[in-house]
Amino acid sequence: MPDKPTLVKCLVWDLDNTLWRGTLLEDPDVELADGVRDVIAELDARGILHSISSKNDYDLAWTQLEKLGLAEYFVFPQIGWGRKSDAVLEIAERLNFAPGAIAFIDDLPTERAEVNFAAPDVRCYPAEQIAALPGLPEFSPAVVTVDARRRREMYQAGFRRDAEKESFNGPDEEFLRTLDLVMTIKFADHEDLSRVEELTLRTSQMNATGVHYSDAALRGLLADPAHAVLTVNMADRFGPHGAVGVMLLERRPGIWHLKLLATSCRVVAFGAGAVILNWLVDQAARADAHLAADFRKTDRNRMMEIAYRFAGFTDDACTCLAGLGTLTGRDGVQCLHLAAERRAAPTTMRLDSPELAAR
Amino acid sequence: MTAEQAAEAAPISAQAVEEALLAFLAERIKTSVAVDQDLFGSGLVSSMFAMQLVVHLEEAYDIAIIGPELKLDNFRTVQAMTALVLRLSAARDG
Ligand SMILES: [Zn+2]
Repeated sequence: MPDKPTLVKCLVWDLDNTLWRGTLLEDPDVELADGVRDVIAELDARGILHSISSKNDYDLAWTQLEKLGLAEYFVFPQIGWGRKSDAVLEIAERLNFAPGAIAFIDDLPTERAEVNFAAPDVRCYPAEQIAALPGLPEFSPAVVTVDARRRREMYQAGFRRDAEKESFNGPDEEFLRTLDLVMTIKFADHEDLSRVEELTLRTSQMNATGVHYSDAALRGLLADPAHAVLTVNMADRFGPHGAVGVMLLERRPGIWHLKLLATSCRVVAFGAGAVILNWLVDQAARADAHLAADFRKTDRNRMMEIAYRFAGFTDDACTCLAGLGTLTGRDGVQCLHLAAERRAAPTTMRLDSPELAAR
Repeated sequence: MTAEQAAEAAPISAQAVEEALLAFLAERIKTSVAVDQDLFGSGLVSSMFAMQLVVHLEEAYDIAIIGPELKLDNFRTVQAMTALVLRLSAARDG
């Protein structure tokens, strides 16, 4: 069986004679090419982002896109007079996508060749193929999660957030308070896990424990009374961040064992890891339990190790660890330990969470 | 003198590290602190900022702060961070 093609995560559009018929500078009332509106809406619903690389006057082109009712679909539009390969790679970088996850559509063979030369991993399509794009396997993700459909909304909220942060001149913590952040932790159901699957598939995720649990394994534990599978969502006044974390916790009398903690990179800057751990420590303290956490160093989870250590986890031995089914020693997994004591609520966000001890 | 320059002058002095740290903190949290002030207890810096502190100290003084050394008490005051920097630098050079 052939390998599944790498999915396209962002489609970059040329404007003149591709997205619309004609050249804007010659015809100020250009109309959309056939099928463009449907294709954009369909791919957007599949969680594929849209962007623009066009040699045009920015204000004119953007005004026209607004008039056509399409402007809201595009993230990081590159409209100017530079090289298209630069524009496409800039978009990939801003989105933190590999060039192989970017597609480019343009009516001019020379532009496609230029992009192809400088960025060979970017897939290029001629304008005649617009209507065919939704039928191609690389534009057809097998599972469309709730979050995939809201991805554009989240990216755009992210841009507005970044713009405000750049203009904000004060301590980070003070800035965070202006965002009206809300974190919601809840016992997961099957739909929540579909959202988390997206999180664990994405390359940008940070798995704090460094230990992988498959979607099937997590679903299998939903009904297990000894285990709690929890998901974390965040939102702020700009919009949702979506599902940003997942935890797997085994609760025994006197000892709670954190087996999995994965959070999205999107929320690292908000201190989400520390807030989650602090909440967990407080919950364990209420249940008179110590906490143990599996941790395996990877080249990407250092920030989470710091979060664990600053939350108070150590390498110290404790009698509570005896008989715990940890993965210690296997594949470099350590078991960090903490004698839980009550913790104050976070000062940078509102936290909606269940009582773990009560269930 | 910046922290980077301080790192080049060997051996580094406690005073130089303290001064560089105070300047760094004044710039980042927009307020001046005392060397023995509890940065976390007073709510001045978030745990997220603490992570930035770790990375800053490692880069400025060419040290690796790992495992048990990452405990919060090592970062609670300017004095504690200075002691940590001196100890890890000495261990590296020794
Ligand atoms: Zn214990």
